[in-house]
Amino acid sequence: MSTVDLESKIPNNVGLRENKRLTMALEKWQPKFLDWWKNVGPSDFNQNDIYLRTAVGVGQGGWAHYDYVKMPDYRWGIFLADGPADRKIHFGDMLGEAAWKEVPGEFRNRLRRLIVTQGDTEPASVEQQRLLGHCCPSLYDLRSLFQVNVEEGRHLWAMVYLLHTHFGGDGRDEADAMLERHSGDQDNPRILQAFNYPVTNWLDFFCFTAFMDRDGKYQLSSLAESSFDPLARTTQFMLAEEAYHLQTGENGVGRIVKRTGELMAQGQNLRNVGAIPLEVIQRYVNFWFTGSIDLFGGEDSTNAAESFANGLKGRYRESDGIYKDPKALNANYVLEVPTEDGKISKQEIPLRRAMNAVLLDAYIADCKRIVERWNRDLDKLGVKERISLPDRKFHRYQGVYAGFRFTPTGELIDEATWTKRHTEWLPTQADRDYVNSCMVKVTAPGKFANYIAPPQHGVNEKPIEFEYVRFH
Amino acid sequence: MTDFNRHPSCYRHWQLQIDGDVAHLRMNVDPAFPFKPGYELKLNSYDLGVDMELADSIQRLRFEHPEVKALVVGSGQERAFCAGANIWMLAESTHPFKVNFCKFTNETRLSLEDYSHNSGVKSLCAVNAACAGGGYELALACDEIHLVDDSNSAVSLPEVPLLAVLPGTGGLTRLVDKRKVRRDRADVFCTMAEGMRGKKAVAWGLVDAAWKKSQFADKVNARAKELAAQAPAKAQKGIVLEPIHAKVDGNAYKYEYVQCVVDADARKATLTIHAPQGPQPQDGAAYEQAGCRSWALQCWRELDDALLQLRFDHEEVGLIVLQTRGDRAAILQVEKDLFAHRSHWLVNEVLLHMARVLRRFDLMARSTYALVDGDACMAGAFLELTLACDRVYMLDDDKVQAVVGPLSAGLLPMSHGLTRLQNRFLAQPEHAAKLATAQPTLAAAEADEQGLCTYLLDPVDWEDDVRIALEERVSLSPDALTGMEASLRFGGAENCDSKIFGRLSAWQNWIFTRPNATGDEGALTRYGAPESAKFDWRRT
Repeated sequence: MSTVDLESKIPNNVGLRENKRLTMALEKWQPKFLDWWKNVGPSDFNQNDIYLRTAVGVGQGGWAHYDYVKMPDYRWGIFLADGPADRKIHFGDMLGEAAWKEVPGEFRNRLRRLIVTQGDTEPASVEQQRLLGHCCPSLYDLRSLFQVNVEEGRHLWAMVYLLHTHFGGDGRDEADAMLERHSGDQDNPRILQAFNYPVTNWLDFFCFTAFMDRDGKYQLSSLAESSFDPLARTTQFMLAEEAYHLQTGENGVGRIVKRTGELMAQGQNLRNVGAIPLEVIQRYVNFWFTGSIDLFGGEDSTNAAESFANGLKGRYRESDGIYKDPKALNANYVLEVPTEDGKISKQEIPLRRAMNAVLLDAYIADCKRIVERWNRDLDKLGVKERISLPDRKFHRYQGVYAGFRFTPTGELIDEATWTKRHTEWLPTQADRDYVNSCMVKVTAPGKFANYIAPPQHGVNEKPIEFEYVRFH
Repeated sequence: MTDFNRHPSCYRHWQLQIDGDVAHLRMNVDPAFPFKPGYELKLNSYDLGVDMELADSIQRLRFEHPEVKALVVGSGQERAFCAGANIWMLAESTHPFKVNFCKFTNETRLSLEDYSHNSGVKSLCAVNAACAGGGYELALACDEIHLVDDSNSAVSLPEVPLLAVLPGTGGLTRLVDKRKVRRDRADVFCTMAEGMRGKKAVAWGLVDAAWKKSQFADKVNARAKELAAQAPAKAQKGIVLEPIHAKVDGNAYKYEYVQCVVDADARKATLTIHAPQGPQPQDGAAYEQAGCRSWALQCWRELDDALLQLRFDHEEVGLIVLQTRGDRAAILQVEKDLFAHRSHWLVNEVLLHMARVLRRFDLMARSTYALVDGDACMAGAFLELTLACDRVYMLDDDKVQAVVGPLSAGLLPMSHGLTRLQNRFLAQPEHAAKLATAQPTLAAAEADEQGLCTYLLDPVDWEDDVRIALEERVSLSPDALTGMEASLRFGGAENCDSKIFGRLSAWQNWIFTRPNATGDEGALTRYGAPESAKFDWRRT
């Protein structure tokens, strides 16, 4: 077991005290991070006491501590999950060799790129969500937002730790650059396009955490298999925190769906009572779900094949031994590919080249599960309408379906049909205006905006009406 | 035969837009139209078909758009400037095709540089997104490179780390010789697959400027206007380049002035080229009037096409036998007029074109023998063509004459900057200078004395000696000959252009055939395949 040092300026279980050079580098980066937090982090709530969970260890039980804290005083720490000292590489060409404690020279640039791309998403989402506090539907939700935000900040710390520790001067430059890019900045945007989309209301936020953070979970899961041991252990611990974000999203959309269902069952006119119609929720789901699947990269990808072959990224739960062939050779993946003549053909590609698609399959199965959960609530309420997950081919900008038009049910259509019908499928300006108009700020403990149902439970066994945020 | 004719109205991969005195050439490759079926041209990657359009557009800018004073080379795609030569195409191609593809793309980039140096039209490369491999090599061929500074877009030469081959289109040479990037930095850059971005790329001299995304288009346009303002005005209206078509008659390609007969069994082709027939323009205005129909343009465009047909469609032809025909006085008169009016924009272009075709001839990876018999026309530019050959067989006959014309003194330089006379007489530079200045008319024996032929053959021996010479040549190893010829043809010092071709034929071609690149476990073969490459670690 690693020793957790909570007394240091930067809480950690990576022995920072013994590594003066690294400590100095990180302490130099820390004020830049705090400046970034103050300038583009959550707007205006830095002086309030928020009831937050802070990571204080990595053990199975009790790794987190709950208390009131002002966000700038949050103890952003560096924690790696514990692992066996003699871990072996468990997939790819180097199967059976010892996992790497240091970065192998030949993969240095590729690993750095992977870490930077992952790391860039962490501060990006904080920036995207910075104004949401002003229209929170409840104190409970406001706290959830800030919990997600501070933990995304900690995930940035985790990635910066790897860059500083293993990638020399280039790594330090990259760590600085992550605070210089900004979501939606025309000149210096975040690396991945979906992290430049505005998140202007809480339906956006919950969809974002349900789908984009779930994408994050799968990306982290594939890195958690990595032959580069520090990366694997860092991301394993991040996954523990990430689980809460997914829950926030899954429950958040679910609570909005449920509230809509309740009002429908009562025969209310939704638009008269500030609630969000299912068809609008559906369009938001369509938008964010498809944006999130673009983040997986091309379904047929030589990059993905290389990352797998080199042992940098594994499949979801690779280490659980659920795949027959840990080398993934001599197997194919059947991909549906649109052809010029307007048809879909099935094409076999080598399995390694399809690693992004394999990860996407696991992700989509997970998304189907949460949509079914939302629909169970509608069913219980006697509402016939359902939320559905669009087909993976719909509304894509990356991969084999980019450049083609599909309906949400996966039929290939021409540009004219798309132009005529896309407003049925994706949020319109009117939808956005309406959803924004529903965003009333509710801060009385235990009270909720009318478009969203209360959660089942409070946080850390506290009641729902607990004062999760104290204003001064 | 391969049709090299292209026209902007039916480009599939480029958009040529003329905006006053600035031309915008935007790469927007249609992935669904590769030159040969079997691969997709994703991310603005290119193949021979894409480069044919680029070559065509530069040619048209020269002849059809003299009003253009600056050129912006950019991309029509938001996410990619250019990903370079298509890797799947390279992996699937035969070795001869790969080499000829690289050679053609090199010639296209050199024609872009020639457009800057000798036509006075500077080019600016607007790198709006990722720019890798051949994409950056295209940028290097421009006078200035402007990169978008969005902390994401990089310039890179990833060939060595990703594919275990070299940037085959002059990238390495231009990096150190043209842009004068320090060698150790070039070493770092060329082994870093992800390349370099923004300010660091500027600091290392890889690009000239990096602009924020919001300013990029404005800065590029403003700079293009500046470059245009510095260039001299030439004319408002150009001529029209009609397509070049050979009549294919069995094994013969028949053009108006050029004929190429392929003897596949003997692995040789006889290339016959004719001097002007009928009246020719005498000054710039008359050349404008004549359009593309003047001999000085038509004949050399035909020769250019014939050379490309030999390169791409007749890989096994190892020997080109050159025959010149026609009236020596006619060709010399045309050259006298061209020389007198060489400052006229169109005459200048005609001469530059002639020089480029001669250089393409110099760079044929085939043996070239000139037969100067009683019907030969070894005068002016045809004398140049004759001297471009590896050997000159001359008939000792009264009808044979060799005449040095006014263009031999420097208007038709070889790749390495020497005239063919200078290159031939490296040991006697004064002799080369004297021939160029005196422009003598020499009888066969005198020509032999002056060193203008390899063998002067008695008529009794002619037929047999020539036959034996040709048969002997085609029996030798094609690889050894290619290497030997490339070494012997270009004597004296090298320059950037000649190094590009020299490095291509020596290093790149060697690497292309080595198992580490193209063996079953080689990096190029395995690119995108499930398994990683395996190398033979021995170094030579």
